[in-house]
Amino acid sequence: MLSIKDLKASINGKEILKGINFEVKAGEVHAIMGPNGSGKSTLASVLTGRDYVEVTHGKVTFLGEDLLDMNPEDRSRKGLFLSFQYPIEIPGVSMVNFLKTALNEHRKYNGLAPLTAGDFLKVMREKKELVEIDSNLTNRAVNEGFSGGEKKKNEIFQMALLEPKLSILDETDSGLDIDALRIVANGVTKLKNKDNATIVITHYQRLLDYIVPDFVHVLMNGRIVKSGTKELAYELEEKGYDWIKKEVYGTADTANE
Amino acid sequence: MEENTNNIFPSLFSRNKELLTRHVPDFVKELREDAIKTFEEKGFPGKKDEQYKYTNLEPYFNNGYYKYLTPKQISFDITDIFRCDVPALDTHIIILLNGFYYNQKTPLRILPNGIILGSLKAATEEHSDLVKKYLGKQASSGDSYVALNTAFSRDGFFFYAPKGATLDKPLQIINVLLSDEEIMVQQRNLIILEPGSNISIVMCDHTLSEQKYLSNVVTEIELAENAFLDYFNVQNANDETVMVSHTFAQQQASSNLRSMVVSLQGGVIRNNLNIKLEGQGAECHAHGLMLTDKKQHIDNSVFIDHAKPNCTSNQLYKGILDHESSGAFTGKILVNRDSQKTMAYQKNSSLLLSNEARMNAKPQLEIYADDVKCSHGSTIGQLDEDSLFYLRARGIGEEEARLMLMNAFALEILGEIKIEPLRLRMNELTEKRLRGELAQCNNCSIKYE
Repeated sequence: MLSIKDLKASINGKEILKGINFEVKAGEVHAIMGPNGSGKSTLASVLTGRDYVEVTHGKVTFLGEDLLDMNPEDRSRKGLFLSFQYPIEIPGVSMVNFLKTALNEHRKYNGLAPLTAGDFLKVMREKKELVEIDSNLTNRAVNEGFSGGEKKKNEIFQMALLEPKLSILDETDSGLDIDALRIVANGVTKLKNKDNATIVITHYQRLLDYIVPDFVHVLMNGRIVKSGTKELAYELEEKGYDWIKKEVYGTADTANE
Repeated sequence: MEENTNNIFPSLFSRNKELLTRHVPDFVKELREDAIKTFEEKGFPGKKDEQYKYTNLEPYFNNGYYKYLTPKQISFDITDIFRCDVPALDTHIIILLNGFYYNQKTPLRILPNGIILGSLKAATEEHSDLVKKYLGKQASSGDSYVALNTAFSRDGFFFYAPKGATLDKPLQIINVLLSDEEIMVQQRNLIILEPGSNISIVMCDHTLSEQKYLSNVVTEIELAENAFLDYFNVQNANDETVMVSHTFAQQQASSNLRSMVVSLQGGVIRNNLNIKLEGQGAECHAHGLMLTDKKQHIDNSVFIDHAKPNCTSNQLYKGILDHESSGAFTGKILVNRDSQKTMAYQKNSSLLLSNEARMNAKPQLEIYADDVKCSHGSTIGQLDEDSLFYLRARGIGEEEARLMLMNAFALEILGEIKIEPLRLRMNELTEKRLRGELAQCNNCSIKYE
């Protein structure tokens, strides 16, 4: 579904990603872990098409097409979804208008007729239950005045509505209490099926108790330095990142040079 | 000898002295003569005048336009006229054509509850005591453009609400500019609300042909104790038209004025709003939204005088400027020494959509009291990149995403419109305008012969 080959990218001339190789197949859940500044969020930015990140080398294929060639809206319409680490508040744009426009643009792209107002509300009601989002929230402006937990739930709600092929959850667990975390993780798990895939970007193993990964990758200094199964996440939780640094670089101190 | 601009109007006045000063009540004659004298003394505000720093109007007044001092007959069928195409907006309508009250058969109506509405000219004749008490009282403090209006205006609308009066539906005033030649129009309006009256006015300014127009309008508003006025104005003029408006409002104790001007388009627009809070507990809200593109220029200038304690004022003006258009906002708040417990807020925000668009914002606070809450803020910027990306990342195309954000920006103003069908319609018109689809804000098909 997604194939990343020797991807290098810089921000303001500084190389952040230094050659990423990575494959995701339908039905899989991948976790990307790593210390602060390792390039996790930059990777998410490259995949979704933020223009402040400059791709200098490599190739990314999504469902057989050159992903880097597509604008952000087409990536979304094609089935790529990013759950933002910091969802944006947009006063004046109502949730309903936002969701309806987004959903209908997806439908249009896929050759489907726009949903009627009634059908849209029906779909919305179904998906709301899935992520246990408060009805009042959908009557407000996009993320405006939402708590941290509500914002993250709202991300998963949008994911439920747009039914992406590949979801990237960028630090979805940050700022969540244990109940909100469970709701969010349950939502993600319910949306999982054999035809879609998920990339979970996280600092902590905590989220992976709920969203169990098939593969765990450790991103460090712009490269994937170690890959394994979910046991790797437990090991990281227990021992921290230093042992990997030692293993990779020979010392724990030079990792971020 | 060639006339310079400062001579055009005095000599026009002499040539039309008969028309302007005979068969009018003495007080009108005096007002006119004083006004033309004032104009002769002051002349046009010069280029260095702070008040007109960003908008030099003199060249527009110095033109060969026909000075429209007497209405010409144009026949159009009133049943064909739009209601600004706001489908569910049920209003009392009055129409003014080139500054003159249109329905000459019934120039003045008196409703059962004592409300008087119609032509100012007719009111000056039939209710001269009432008009005399208020006409020119506030405007005498105005600048040279106001003086010109006082000297030359021969009609406009008049509205009077007696104590406690209300209207069953909003009053809609449609100001139409329609001519087959280039004309200068000077309309004069007077609105008087007695204690406790509660009125909603929707005023629509339109040009209905592609001629060049210059309109110089003065409106005086008197709000007695506890009176409430919702005063909405939409401006929609062609790119060749210059619209200058001067609105004066004087508010007595606990009165409330909600003023909003939405400038959808126009060649050059200058709106002066002068509000004097004359009684304790008076409250005013001044809102404005301007949308400009091409080479249009819109300038809003607001002055709020907190003359008495315990008053509240709130200014919020926003603009979206594209292409090589330009805009200006000047907001002055004056708090007198004795006006304690004043609350005065002012905010101006503008979005610039192109590198060539320009905006000048000048907030001015002059505060002589020490126990007050005042604030002002001004921002000029572009659409927020993070918001734009968020929308695009959900599959919304860039153009559509930009439009959503611009509409959201405008909504902060339009959301304040209390008349629901009007609010919905203004949202729609703004969206159309931002999409570049709006030529006229109505489907008016006035039959023009």
